[in-house]
Formats: sequence, C-alpha cells, structure tokens
Amino acid sequence: MVDPITVNTNAGETLLRFRDDVVHDEPAVTLDAFLGQTNATAVRLEAGDDARALLPHLGQIALVEISFPTFRDGRGYSAARILREAGFEGELRAAGDVLVDQIPHMRRCGFDSFAPEKPVDAATLTKLLALYPQPYQKAADARVPVWKLRHG
Amino acid sequence: MYVYDEYDQSIVDARVEEFRDQVERRLSGALTEDQFKPLRLMNGLYLQLHAYMLRIAVPYGTLDGRQMRMLGHIARKYDRGYGHFTTRQNIQYNWIKLADAPDILAELATVQMHAIQTSGNCIRNISSDQFAGAAADEVADPRPWAELIRQWSTFHPEFTYLPRKFKIAVIAADEDRAAMRLHDIGIQLLERDGVLGAKIFVGGGMGRTPMIAHEVKDFITADHLMSYLEACLRVYNRYGRRDNIYKARIKILLHEIGVEAYREQVEAEFAAIRDLGLDPPLAELARITAMFKGPDFDADAPDTVDRSDPDFAVWLDQNVAAHKQRGHAIVTISLKPIGGIPGDASADQIDLMADLAERYGHDELRVTHAQNIVLPHVRKADLHAIWTALREAGLAEANLDLISDIIACPGLDYCSLANARSIPLAQKIGERFAGRQRELGELKLKISGCINACGHHHAGHIGILGVDKKGTENYQLLLGGSGAEDVSLGKITGPGFDEDGVVDAIERVTDRYVALRERGERFLDTYRRVGMQPFKEAIYG
Ligand code: HEM
Ligand code: SF4
Repeated sequence: MVDPITVNTNAGETLLRFRDDVVHDEPAVTLDAFLGQTNATAVRLEAGDDARALLPHLGQIALVEISFPTFRDGRGYSAARILREAGFEGELRAAGDVLVDQIPHMRRCGFDSFAPEKPVDAATLTKLLALYPQPYQKAADARVPVWKLRHG
Repeated sequence: MYVYDEYDQSIVDARVEEFRDQVERRLSGALTEDQFKPLRLMNGLYLQLHAYMLRIAVPYGTLDGRQMRMLGHIARKYDRGYGHFTTRQNIQYNWIKLADAPDILAELATVQMHAIQTSGNCIRNISSDQFAGAAADEVADPRPWAELIRQWSTFHPEFTYLPRKFKIAVIAADEDRAAMRLHDIGIQLLERDGVLGAKIFVGGGMGRTPMIAHEVKDFITADHLMSYLEACLRVYNRYGRRDNIYKARIKILLHEIGVEAYREQVEAEFAAIRDLGLDPPLAELARITAMFKGPDFDADAPDTVDRSDPDFAVWLDQNVAAHKQRGHAIVTISLKPIGGIPGDASADQIDLMADLAERYGHDELRVTHAQNIVLPHVRKADLHAIWTALREAGLAEANLDLISDIIACPGLDYCSLANARSIPLAQKIGERFAGRQRELGELKLKISGCINACGHHHAGHIGILGVDKKGTENYQLLLGGSGAEDVSLGKITGPGFDEDGVVDAIERVTDRYVALRERGERFLDTYRRVGMQPFKEAIYG
C-alpha cells in the first residue's frame, strides 16, 4: 500500500496505517506482562526491550507497538526488522516521537502503522514516500534493491 | 574509478530534491532547529562558530579531474575561495549559507558527488588507502569492497539513528596508510587459499577514550560481507549506550561487555540473517571491480629520473613513492606549506591539481587521511614537469611524513568546542623546524584543539592536545602514538605548556632523540626502545 489510511482508535489516537484490516483494539501489554500471561494478543515494546523474546509467541500476536521515546533513539528500527525477519505478519506500529522524514525508513524496516505524537503532514509524507526510486539494500519490505535490478 | 549508472544517479538526484524540501521547511518554520539538525547533519551541514560548514564526501578518497574542478568551483562561488581537506578524506567548506546548500548539492550531483552521511549518527563516508590500485604491497584494490559498503550503507534504513557516528575503513596491504584500527570497523583484505576475504576489526576510535580495534572476525568472504556487517551494526544499534553521548561509540560497548561477548552476539545475529538474501551477488562485486581495473600503463615508460636539480631531488626522495608499475610513481602533493593552514587549498590550487591529474596522472586524484593530495599514477618521466608546476603554485613542499606535515583540527579559529587554537600552533611548529626537519626524519605530529581528538593527537608520534587551564589555552604533549600498522596510543609527558612552551618542549624532545637514536631509527623507534623517561628529563629537567 503506497498511501496510508488515517484511522482514529477507540483510545482517541490517530493512526496512519498501511494495511486495511480492522484495527486491533485490545490494549497492548508490556513485554513483562506478556511473558507472564499467555493470552494477550497485543504487546508494547519499550526501546530497550528485546524483541527476540517475542519470537516463540509470534503466532498469537496481532499487534506489536514499538515505542520511540525520542526520534534520535533508533533501537526500534532493529526491533522491527527482527520481528519481520522472523515472519511476523501482524500490525507493527511505531509510536511516540516519530517524524515525517523517518517514516520512509521505518516502512523499510517493516512498520506498517504509525502513531506519531505530533501530527505529520500528509502531503509531505506522500512526497517523501515516492521520492527514492529504488533502495541500495534489501530490508524488511518488498522493495527491490539496486543490485537485484542490476543482476536480476 | 567507479562510475555511476542510472540507479546511482537517480538516488543522488532524489537526495538533492529531498534536502531542498527540508531546507525550505526549515526556512518556513515547519521544522524546528532541533528537528532539522539530524536531517542537515546527515547531509554534512554543521553550524560552526561563524557560519555553516558543509562537508562533501569523497568516497574512499578517490576523485577525477572533473570532480576536483567542481570542488574548486564551489570554493570560488559559495565560499571564500578555498576548501579544507579533512582527515576522513573529505573536503569541507567553512563559510556556507544555508540557502545555498541545496544548489551546491545539485551542482555536485552533476559530477556524481554528494554530501550524504558525512555527519550525523549514521555510517559515514568509507575511507581507504590513498595508494589503492597503485601500491606494490596490496593483495587487491580495496576500493571495490569500499564501494560495495558505500552502497549498502547509503540510506540504510535500520542504521540512520545509531547511538553515535560510525566510521569504516578498508585496506588491503600490511602497511596501514588509513589508520584502519582507529575506526569503528576496520577491514583488512587478505587472501587465503586463493580466495579474497576480509579480516574484521571492531571498536577502534579516538575521541576522549581512544581505543584500538579488536579482531572480531578472522576471515569473511565477499558473499557474506554485508550480512556480517549488518550483524555487527545491529548488535551495536540495540545495545550501544544512549544515555551518555561520551560513552555511545561502539568502542565503549566492546570495552564494557568484552570482545568475546560482542563476538558471540554478532555470530548469533549473523546466524539468524546470513541466509535471508541480504548480500548482493558476487556479480555485483565483479561489476564494481571491473571499473577499478586501472589505467593502461605505458609499459615502455623510462624507469630513470634525472636528479641533477637538487631541489627536485629532495622532493623526489620525500614525496614520491614506488608504484607497482615499472616507469611509474606515486606523487603526494603536500598541503602543508610552512606557515600555511594544514589541509587548506585555494580554488586555483585545486584547479591546478585537477589539471595535473588530467595531463599526467590518468585523471585520478586521492585525498589522504593526513590531509594531503595524491596523484597515484604518473610516469617517472613527467615528475619534473609536475614538480615545476606544483612549485609555481606553492604546492611543492617536500615534507611528507616529516614534522611539518602536521594533521591539525580547526581548533579555536572555527570550532565552538575548542579549548585552544590548533592552526597557529601548527604554523609555529612548521616555522621552527623547517630548517632541520629532514634531519629528524619521519615524525608524525598531530594536534587537536580539545579532547574530541579530531586532529588524531592520540595517534601522533608526537601529539598535542589543547586543554583549558583556568580560562587560558594550554597544551599537553603526548609521545609514542601511531595510526599505522604498528598502531599505538600516545602517552602524556606531564604538565602542559603555553603555545611557545610547547614548541620549546618539542625541540627538547627532538634534540634528545637525535642524541639517543641508533642508526636507522625513526623517532618512534627510539621512543619505543628507550621509553618516556629520557624525554621527560629533557623536557622538565
Ligand atoms: C569544527 C567543527 C567540528 C566539531 C564540532 C567536531 C566535533 C567532534 C566531536 C564531538 C568528536 C568526538 C566524537 C566521538 O568521539 O564520538 C569528533 C571526532 C572527530 N572529528 Fe571532529 N569536529 C569538528 C571538525 C572536524 C574536522 C574539520 C575534522 C577533520 C579534519 C574532524 C575529524 C574528526 C575525527 C577524525 C574525529 C575522531 C573520530 C574518532 O573518534 O574515531 N572533525 N569531532
Ligand atoms: S578536536 Fe575539538 S577543537 Fe578540534 S575540531 Fe574537534 S571538537 Fe573542535
């Protein structure tokens, strides 16, 4: 999906979603709470949490929300890729200090849902998402890297 | 040399457009300075003491005449007529207007250049050996590997908000001309059983806690290089410290958890990703390597040089190195004239160097980490003509690796973090020792204006560090560092000095060296043999 759909959640958050399934509205629990109780389907990872701890449970999880306490904290990019590389197909949401210029990179790391603290400008986002014709490296998205275009 | 195809060009063009849009949003107020800062930093734009500074990438220090000429053009049109070559083989301009920056990037893009990731907490410009492709001692040209890494690291989506900046160097000879082990990742190419591969060192760096990189991987082949580096970076991105900017470099992570634990984590990560298809096919390395084939050398070029002009002979002995091809030589153009600013070149000098490269040097130039320029492929028969042209332009100082070939950071003249001036001190040292520097032999002197160590003082045979002593500029002296294959960190001699005091102290150190040296010993060798004590006595009595 190229352009996001804007959705308001029951909790009053505005989401930018790059997926068209129904928003999962069970509240996300912390990693500790998730590992302690087995039936939750939504988890919130803080920046320092180990995403690998979720890998044995991916089948039951519909939503992982990853927190960005400040836009400078890049740990969530790795957490997202780890989950996608392990085959997670549920909703992967970036929440917190998420800036419009970062969303294209986050998309490449596998995020398909965004809950930015401050609203992002839709026109700027659309432009940024279409800006780079192709990436140099393979990541967690479907974009084809330059080396693949060169060599098939 | 690497030449862009349509894909490379379209990415650089898109960057120009993106940055133009970001600057417009900043100028209109849509972005705050705090939000704009990481964006401009990823484009090499710093706010310095007086103006914006723009740093332009020279990937692995290689450029052609047309690109060099563009650097002269930018100096003339957008700056004050000169540029400054840096210790990471880049060039920077100190007097740039924010509103001009997008136009500068657009002009650079016309010659396949950019300022992508020349600052910010991301993977920086990849550096390499300035003699690559010309040196007799290399197992292969390291630049195709560096180019592969350049592409992989450009706009890497996962590693743009690392805990701190990240510097990678690639070499392919036992002689280390790129300070490889003082980088966050240092890569040395070597051959094993007929296969080219890489030894990976991690966790080197200067700054306030200098460290020498540890060997983390004995040998990795090209088909898994990217996924291995990806694993190295991912472990750092996840576990590097973010609570304290001074402890955020990867060297601190390695120091805190130990090289064994770091290696184990990297291996676990590598095992998880190595088969995900992250690595380009070997055909990509082959495609790039073909572009670095090098010029068709004149096999009949005469191998002798007329040394009858004594000034020329001095330059020949000091600044010209052996080339792998008979009848050819490698020229280092010193940007360290006595009394000048280390690394500075005027637009006219830049143009002249471009001319010489086109006319005599198979259209190739290199920037060195010691802030000089190299013509890697010239015929010995042309050396005298090159020297004559350089001399007329004030570029024929015969001081490569001598005490006046100083690395110096911008210091208090430009930098808001500085404790002390670096440039005037470099000028004073050059003037004091000009007459006897050849007698002193190889002596690498490096100056930083504060503990951040941009001037590599830890790696100087003699290092100087500017400190603040109750509001006055003061200099500490260090001895015994090296950034080469015999890498080591310098040690502080004792109490510091004022500007004239430190020059006097260096004179006492060098006098003692001359008295103590045995046949063929460089200053560093003597220091290593006799230790600090005799020098301490000479300095402090
Ligand atoms: C004038 C503006 C500059 C500022 C504010 C500045 C700031 C800094 C800081 C804060 C560090 C320490 C970073 C760390 O350890 O994480 C550093 C390191 C460094 N800087 Fe600069 N710098 C400036 C200019 C330069 C210039 C002009 C050069 C090249 C000639 C340069 C080359 C370096 C190098 C080589 C290091 C050491 C990298 C390492 O530790 O591995 N800097 N700089
Ligand atoms: S070493 Fe210090 S004074 Fe010199 S440029 Fe770096 S930050 Fe500035």
